Amino acid sequence: MPKLTVDGIEVEVPAGATVLQACEAAGKEIPRFCYHERLSIAGNCRMCLVEVKPGPPKPQASCALPAGEGQEIRTDSEMVRKAREGVMEFLLINHPLDCPICDQGGECDLQDQSVAYGRGASRYDENKRAVTEKYMGPLIKTVMTRCIHCTRCVRFSEEIAGVDEIGALYRGENMQITTYLERAAKHELSANVIDLCPVGALTSRPYAFEARPWELKKTLSIDVSDAVGSNIRIDSRGREALRILPRVNDDVNEEWLSDKARFQVDGLTRRRLDRVWIRKQGKLQQASWEDAFAAIAKVKPGSSIAAVAGDMLDCETMFAAKALLKACGSSLIESRQTGMDYAVSSLSAVNFNSTFAGIETADAILIVGSHVRWEAPLVNVRLRKAAKNGAKIFIVGPEWETTYPATFLGADVSVLSKLPKDVSDALKDAKRPAIILGGAGLAAGAHDAALALAAKFKMVTPEWNGFNVLHMAAARMGALMLGFAQQGGIKDLAAAKPAVLLALGADEVDFSAFEGSLKVYVGHHGDKGAHAADIVLPASAFTEKAGTYVNTEGRVQFADKAVFAPGDAREDWTILRALADALGVTVGFDSFAELQAAMIAEVPALGAEGVVDYGRDLPKGDVKADLGGEIRYPIKDFYLTNPIARASETMQRCSSELLHGVEFAEAAE
Amino acid sequence: MLADKDRIFTNLYGFQPWNLKAAQARGDWDNTKDILAKGPDAIIEEIKASGLRGRGGAGFPTGMKWSFMPKEPPKDQNGNPKPSFLVINADESEPGSCKDREIIRHDPHKLIEGALVAGFAMRARAAYIYIRGEYIREAETLFAAVREAYDAGLLGKNAAGSGYDFDVFVHRGAGAYICGEETAMIESLEGKKGQPRLKPPFPAGAGLYGCPTTVNNVESIAVAPTIMRRGASWFSSFGRENNKGTKLFQISGHVEKPCVVEESMSIPFRELIEKHCGGIRGGWDNLLAVIPGGSSVPLVPGHMMMDVPMDFDGCKEVGSGLGTAALIVMDKSTDIVRAISRLSHFYMHESCGQCTPCREGTGWMYRVMERLRTGDAEVEEIDMLQQVTKQVEGHTICALGDAAAWPIQGLIKHFRPEIERRITEHSASMQEAAE
Repeated sequence: MPKLTVDGIEVEVPAGATVLQACEAAGKEIPRFCYHERLSIAGNCRMCLVEVKPGPPKPQASCALPAGEGQEIRTDSEMVRKAREGVMEFLLINHPLDCPICDQGGECDLQDQSVAYGRGASRYDENKRAVTEKYMGPLIKTVMTRCIHCTRCVRFSEEIAGVDEIGALYRGENMQITTYLERAAKHELSANVIDLCPVGALTSRPYAFEARPWELKKTLSIDVSDAVGSNIRIDSRGREALRILPRVNDDVNEEWLSDKARFQVDGLTRRRLDRVWIRKQGKLQQASWEDAFAAIAKVKPGSSIAAVAGDMLDCETMFAAKALLKACGSSLIESRQTGMDYAVSSLSAVNFNSTFAGIETADAILIVGSHVRWEAPLVNVRLRKAAKNGAKIFIVGPEWETTYPATFLGADVSVLSKLPKDVSDALKDAKRPAIILGGAGLAAGAHDAALALAAKFKMVTPEWNGFNVLHMAAARMGALMLGFAQQGGIKDLAAAKPAVLLALGADEVDFSAFEGSLKVYVGHHGDKGAHAADIVLPASAFTEKAGTYVNTEGRVQFADKAVFAPGDAREDWTILRALADALGVTVGFDSFAELQAAMIAEVPALGAEGVVDYGRDLPKGDVKADLGGEIRYPIKDFYLTNPIARASETMQRCSSELLHGVEFAEAAE
Repeated sequence: MLADKDRIFTNLYGFQPWNLKAAQARGDWDNTKDILAKGPDAIIEEIKASGLRGRGGAGFPTGMKWSFMPKEPPKDQNGNPKPSFLVINADESEPGSCKDREIIRHDPHKLIEGALVAGFAMRARAAYIYIRGEYIREAETLFAAVREAYDAGLLGKNAAGSGYDFDVFVHRGAGAYICGEETAMIESLEGKKGQPRLKPPFPAGAGLYGCPTTVNNVESIAVAPTIMRRGASWFSSFGRENNKGTKLFQISGHVEKPCVVEESMSIPFRELIEKHCGGIRGGWDNLLAVIPGGSSVPLVPGHMMMDVPMDFDGCKEVGSGLGTAALIVMDKSTDIVRAISRLSHFYMHESCGQCTPCREGTGWMYRVMERLRTGDAEVEEIDMLQQVTKQVEGHTICALGDAAAWPIQGLIKHFRPEIERRITEHSASMQEAAE
């Protein structure tokens, strides 16, 4: 714990801290461009220079200098001021200063710091350097003339994403940042370099010239594109959500966001359901809310009513549906749309128990049936960290391109009954062994086997819980906590032949199993569910309602409402509340607050943010003799996994260009 | 003048073959085993006592540098010991320097034997010789010489019968000046883009592949066996206090006979030129300026240079540095502003582009220098240029920024009237044209 003084203020910092961190501890702001907490130290922008005694009589880069006992740091001396001015001047001489037409304007580190630390005027009379345009794909817009060569993007690709895609070409003032052979950046975290870029060199292509940051309303929310529950900020203007940015949450997404979560936002304005539709003579026709409710009431379902929850629902909507069905006398509720029927009696057996931060510390990991890179890109980042720390990683399932060293054990789950010796040795010798069971593994019937392996390799101890199920649906854990599941899965619902089927944003259901039912689709996009429905009730997308979400590690998180739903669309719970009136039953809530209170009364864990404790007891599993079956990953196309993404032009373009190799001509530039 | 018997590099001019047989006849590889038998610490002590300072330009005491290497190998994260490495800097790219080239092409076995002695002293597993890419014939010679040494059992397992295992690898560069910087050289050896690393950690702690590493100049390594044979006191009998030994001087430019010559340190400049180079072209009155240590050090006006002892401290006293002892002599026919401008272009071209002041500053300095050359500038811009050089100097990761700044600072310090004259003349001519 070295003690040092910064501008006369004495601070004590942990061993291994840098001088920059010590200055921050003393409350001194140190300007920087290349330094980033989550990336390796490059020390190349030279903006963070401070005066250090004892040391050479020249300013030192504080980001790279270890804090030492008894150092005297000055951040306010003449030498430091001059050094900052000098570096700032150098950064600006070849910068185009085109702030009025730059999308970074208003949230630009270079802008802010030149105001705070710059000279005010340039002495540079020569010609400025210009850099040819670089193509980085459909998501990243580049104006490389603005680049200040901080190499944050290079370090992000190499260190966090694990893809050697971005690098520097040439040297001296001709140095250029570019992707390999100027191909599009192709991985699912590529757009994070937009946030990292301290200047306007890398900006968001879909968001180009849309808005200025000071015009936007910022709403804190939770991402629903996968089950990670990334913390996001929705920037909206008027009734339109314009962009989504990650928020910092070290336990969940650190400060990254997957490209899908970030860029599916334009899908929220396309293919929306903004009117009520009723199918007449095989065709959906516009109708009023009254007509729709009357049509449902006419069926007189009584207790013969079932509800299927989609993948992006908030807990309140599901609870409202459950309350409605309960009032009708039905318990036919299910959230696993695709037909999975794993046991849900113990929630700890279907939860990501290690937590995302915890999985980084695992030292041997067996992944069963999960294409982690596509199903949870940010969990993949954690796995990469674990691998960097020396964890051995084995994967059962068809091969995919990992971003860390991993051994594939074959595509058939039967391998679990006879694990190769090196795998079982690694798991046995590990201090913190872990298993990650993905959706494809659950579908292949590996749940029991995984539980048995967890017991066999002592993955659950008082200090460590290594049993993990990695879901893909943002609504899944919330649904399971609310009891939105049947023993036999959705087959039980079909077998009950309900008179009315409520499909709550459920687009992956095989509706042919519900031939005789009146199919009521309550959702926000004209996707598969609406196509199959008899009655379509327009509801709200995740940006248009407040709600509670539980991610795959059982973390309860709240999201706020950013904008209003378009047209006649209403918040989901109000639709269900009105439907209760139409069916003549009482659900016991008249406002969102009452609904939430009722939900928390039933499931108290949903009332507080944070990881829910499901206990450490896992049901006993066993490796059945007939265990077998090929693992098939459910995600065929990373960019088109949900109705919002499928409606998004950006995601469609990503899919065709990055996954299917379609070439797009640049609009006459 | 250094007596022939006291020369270390006895085949500097290639009058004899470079090969092992000829080298052994000259005394190389003579009982290397006995030198190693003294033990690593004794070798380091002897080198320390000899007063040898690094010949690559910075002049850091070589023995002390070797002693920074760990005596017990540090452990990696799995508890396995890490090897140590010696990296020999043969990426001689400094404009004016050409001594390593002569050693490698005519006396490579001095270097290879030195690699073994130095590597043994610092407990290194192997030596990497990083040779400049443009040195094609020299690299061929070096490859052949290393082969010869292996075939003769002087390298490899039980090197020279000492019981010590030691390998020498020759690695060719690709023509970047910055790869002569020690950490950039390590990056380049690892197969990465040659960009200097941040220090700390210093290479002696974490260098090549994260292992303890010492980077030494060719000349520093090549003289080590001879020092061991003839003794520290012999070596330290040359030169002034703190500047001991013999040194290869490389004199280029406007002297009658440019040459590379081994001389004792601290020989006065005039004596060096008179004895080995046949004097200045056009006589001593025609001497304009000297860059005493390769392009990276400030120039010194001729009249100040006359009696300067050619050593680290002597050159420092006149505001310059000995560098690699590559003297660039310029007579009065030289366009001195153009000469320095050309050096600025070199640094702009060779800046690695990693850190801001050097990347942006070298181009700026060159462009202003070009305008000062033609006089197309304002007088105030001289001061601005001086400030810009100060903004680069000392603000960069490696010393290339300093090296780019110093020649210009030297020019402004000593030749400001010349620059001002050009500006006045230019503006006068422009006025005439406008009238």
